[in-house]
Amino acid sequence: MTALLIDILLWGSLVGVGIIAWRQDKTVLTTALRKGGIDFVNIVPRIALGVIGSGFIAAIIPSEIIVGGLGPDTGWLGVATAVVAGAATPGGPVIGFSIGAVALKSGGGAPQVVAYIVAWALFAFQRVILWEIPFMPARFVWFRCAVSVPFPFLAAAIVMVVGKP
Amino acid sequence: MSEPLKTRPADDDEGAETGSRSKRKPFGWSTFIIAALVAISAALVWRRDGLDGVWTILSHDVSLFGEIMPRVLAGCLLGGLIAAVLPHDKVSKSLGPESGLKGLLIGTAFGAILPGGPFTAYPVASALLAVGADFGATIAMVVSWTLIGYGRAVAWEMPIMGADFTLWRIVISLPMPVLAGALGRFVYVRLRHRFKL
Repeated sequence: MTALLIDILLWGSLVGVGIIAWRQDKTVLTTALRKGGIDFVNIVPRIALGVIGSGFIAAIIPSEIIVGGLGPDTGWLGVATAVVAGAATPGGPVIGFSIGAVALKSGGGAPQVVAYIVAWALFAFQRVILWEIPFMPARFVWFRCAVSVPFPFLAAAIVMVVGKP
Repeated sequence: MSEPLKTRPADDDEGAETGSRSKRKPFGWSTFIIAALVAISAALVWRRDGLDGVWTILSHDVSLFGEIMPRVLAGCLLGGLIAAVLPHDKVSKSLGPESGLKGLLIGTAFGAILPGGPFTAYPVASALLAVGADFGATIAMVVSWTLIGYGRAVAWEMPIMGADFTLWRIVISLPMPVLAGALGRFVYVRLRHRFKL
C-alpha cells in the first residue's frame, strides 16, 4: 500500500516536471530525458550488484554482536560503538531497522539505539558507496559524511536529556 | 560569506566535471569492494546453508531488484528534468552560498517532501548542485531526506521500529538538517582552498 503510494507520488512528480519542461521547450524535455536515461544505464550495474548482493552480506553479519554493544549502561562509549556499527551495517533499511528493533526489545539503551539509527541513516557505507557516490560528485559525498559525524552524538545527547518516548 | 560569489562559476564547472568523470567509469574501486564483499558473503552462505540457502537469497534479491528498477529509472529521469527545468539564477539565489538560513530551510523542506528513496534523492540533489545550490543547502537537503523524509519512515521504520519510536526519533532529528547545512557551509568556506573542495 505504502509502496503504491510512493510510486504514485514518484511518477506523478515525474509527469508534473515533464509537463513543465515540455511547456518550456520540447528540446529541453528530450535532452533531459536522454540525460536521465544515460544516467540510468550507467547506474544499473552498480544497483544490481548492491541490491542482489546485499542479501548475502546481511545473511552473514553477526547482528548479536551489534545488538550486544548497544546496552543501556554503555554510556558514551556505547554511543560511539553505535555510530561505528551504524556506519558499518550493510544491507537495506530492513536490516538496519531490524537490528535497532531487536536492540530496543532486548534492553538496549535508548540513546545508543537512536545514535545507531541516525548514524545508519546518515552514513551507512553500503548506501554511500552504491547510491550516493555514483550519483553525486565524490568530493561532496565525503564532505557531507564528515560534516554529518557529530549528529548521531547530538541525537544521543538529546535523548539523554529528554528521555524515552 | 563575502567571497563565494566570484568563485561560484568555477565551483559549478568542477561539479559538472567530477560528475561526468565519475559517470564514465561505472565500475570504480568502490564497486570492486562491494563485489568482493558480496562474493565472500555468498561463499560463506554457501558453506553454511548449501546451494538452497544461496538460491533462496538470490531469488528474493533478484525479484527485489526487478521491483526497484522502474523506480530507479523514474529517479534518474526526475533528476535530469529538474536540472533542466530549474532556472540557474533563481536556484543560486535561493539555495546558493549567499542564501543564508532561508536556503538551508528550503533545502530541508525539499528533502522532507521529496518522494521515493535513494534513487530519487541523490539524482535530484546532484541536479540541485549542478544548477547552483551550494554544499550547505544540498547537505541540508540530503540530511533532511534521510532523517526526516517520510518515504523511508513510513515504508520501513514505522513497521519495524513502531510508530512511537519513529515519530520521537524524527522530532529529535528536526533541527539536524539545518545544523548540518550550516556546519557544512561554515567548514566549506574555510577549507575549500586548502583541500581543493
